[in-house]
Amino acid sequence: MSSADYSMGPDRWALLQEVSEFLFTEADLLDERRYNEWLDLLADDYQYSVPLRMNVEYADADTRGETKAGSEVCWFDEPKSTVELRVMQLATGVHWAEEPVSRVSHLVTNVRIEEVSWPEVKLSSRFLVYRNRVADETDFFVGRRKDTLRKTDDGWKVVRRYLLLDQTVLLAKNLSVFL
Amino acid sequence: MTTNICPSSETCPTSETCNTPTLQAVDPHRARSLVDLETGQISREVFFNQEIFDLEMKNLFPRSWLFVGHATQIPNPGDYFSSWMGSDPVLLTRDVDGGVYVLLNSCRHRGMKVCRYDEGNTMQFTCPYHAWSYSMDGSLVNVPGDLFGVPHMKAAYSGKLEKQDWGLVRCPKVYNYKGLVFANWDENAEDFLDYVGDFHWWLDNLADAFDGTPGDTEVFHGVLKWRIKSNWKFVSENFLGDTYHGASTHASVEAIGIGPGGRGKRRHGERQDQGGHSTGRMKTSFRNGHGASDNLAYEIAYPEFVEPEMNEYFDQAWATRKERLDAEGRRLGGRGPATMFPNMSFAAGFPRSILVAHPISPTETEVWRWFLTDKKAPEHVREWLRQYYMRYGGPAGMTEQDDMENWDYATQASKGVVAQRYPYNYQQGLGTEQLSELDRAVHSNHAISGEVNARAFYRRWSEFVDNLGWDELIEIAKSDDRIESIIRRQAEEAAAEVAAGKVNN
Repeated sequence: MSSADYSMGPDRWALLQEVSEFLFTEADLLDERRYNEWLDLLADDYQYSVPLRMNVEYADADTRGETKAGSEVCWFDEPKSTVELRVMQLATGVHWAEEPVSRVSHLVTNVRIEEVSWPEVKLSSRFLVYRNRVADETDFFVGRRKDTLRKTDDGWKVVRRYLLLDQTVLLAKNLSVFL
Repeated sequence: MTTNICPSSETCPTSETCNTPTLQAVDPHRARSLVDLETGQISREVFFNQEIFDLEMKNLFPRSWLFVGHATQIPNPGDYFSSWMGSDPVLLTRDVDGGVYVLLNSCRHRGMKVCRYDEGNTMQFTCPYHAWSYSMDGSLVNVPGDLFGVPHMKAAYSGKLEKQDWGLVRCPKVYNYKGLVFANWDENAEDFLDYVGDFHWWLDNLADAFDGTPGDTEVFHGVLKWRIKSNWKFVSENFLGDTYHGASTHASVEAIGIGPGGRGKRRHGERQDQGGHSTGRMKTSFRNGHGASDNLAYEIAYPEFVEPEMNEYFDQAWATRKERLDAEGRRLGGRGPATMFPNMSFAAGFPRSILVAHPISPTETEVWRWFLTDKKAPEHVREWLRQYYMRYGGPAGMTEQDDMENWDYATQASKGVVAQRYPYNYQQGLGTEQLSELDRAVHSNHAISGEVNARAFYRRWSEFVDNLGWDELIEIAKSDDRIESIIRRQAEEAAAEVAAGKVNN
């Protein structure tokens, strides 16, 4: 299904509704710090990638505008096992970057089905992650997100998450939140 | 000491009604007066005073050897990498003949940044404003970076513009140390190798392959860049020898275990049977400001990995390195973390990484981080290191995240008017320094505590910020007066022991 096929009738709309609600639920679990429930929504072969963005010429923007996940330095480029380590770190109570606890809201919007190859669905969306910390420390992480979801007997799982954060220099002091 | 030097204050007819603040002459001992080496106290003004920051920009950064980038970032003719040196944007470039240049990234006509790309390849930088162009092709211009094209040359300048006088400003001193490219704006500055001194052993361990092959390393593509709301010196000091913060600051990551040894093992993957942090890791402090968290005799082998194929590579690398260095009569230690004065920090082990703290204001810094790998590392080793580096360092790294929290909130809590009245405490290990075999260096007497490195760093810092000339800067660092103090103290201690009858002659 090409990205232009947005008129496939009620089945497609039902699918979009279903996967969107899944993404929103997932966002709520993160913002409510229900990390173990959130981890259950990630497939065992989950891969989380956030490449670095770079200032390049217009002609190169599509090929050299970001570092390559899988071989170059990224903000994140890791399997589920590393994500689990991050969750464990948050729970230690001495992870100072998130002590005291930040206030975080994940907004997911512009959700669109890009491809269906059952039981997997490729989605395109935008993310806005807002973090407020201590008092006046406020960060906005905004960009584009590509997710691959898989329908299993145990419900939907996220298989692949690839995010393009719209910053070259990170304007926040750290990335101690999941994008 | 402040002196009214407003040139017009006596003769100016409006002097009585003039609201323009008079210029204050700078106290020539201003910076040194803020660093009390005797009692180990350093004024918070060093970190938060705008005037001090301005003096750093003027007197320290344009006279220091600064890390600009890695030669493997610009392997081919025409390759460039955009970087910073203190307050100024620069381009690290390679010309047609393979020469490495550092150029001020500012058009000589109206100052527009001629290149706003992070990296790329071009033989010509053309300014977007009025299209003055500068060539990296030495066959077209006298020296790469010289002015080549000027629109309407004949009409606008009657053809008389002296193009050779208006090239991009070239940094006069550039030194490529095994791929690490440093530059210094001051043509009178001491030569790179003199500036570095015996600290070069740490640079060697950074730049050499894990098996000791000289300079056989490269950087991964992708430089982490992020902003923090704190002074650049917090960053330099953290890597200079502050092993004291690890247990508290990094308690969470220590509890998890993200290193080579896997869960439940030490963060850096030290082999448990070889001493680890607790023995032998005395710090090294150089008179000229450089400092390392360890010493050359701290010869700890590469970590024990969970993955057998990783052990295969690193066991072999360690054996080869040991053989090579033994033959040269070199010690095997010296992996840092360390800081080369003033703002380049690095670690030469696990991870192996370079950090530069670019100053923006007294309370804002842009931090850059590069990661290195052996050129010859097989794919699985490269990939393991890449994954480890990303989960360890930078703003997303599970270790470094917590450092920024400290630096930013230390800044917030320190910059208040009342807070600035109270100096920071740098008394750790004061008067307990130990002798070193290295030139103009001493060691701490303890692996974790000991702020001797920081004291020497701020001492050198104050000498630069007070704008001592190069003759004096070199002269006062020709000997290390700390060594005499140690010898005197040891003699007194020995005499006291004899007097107390503890020693039988």
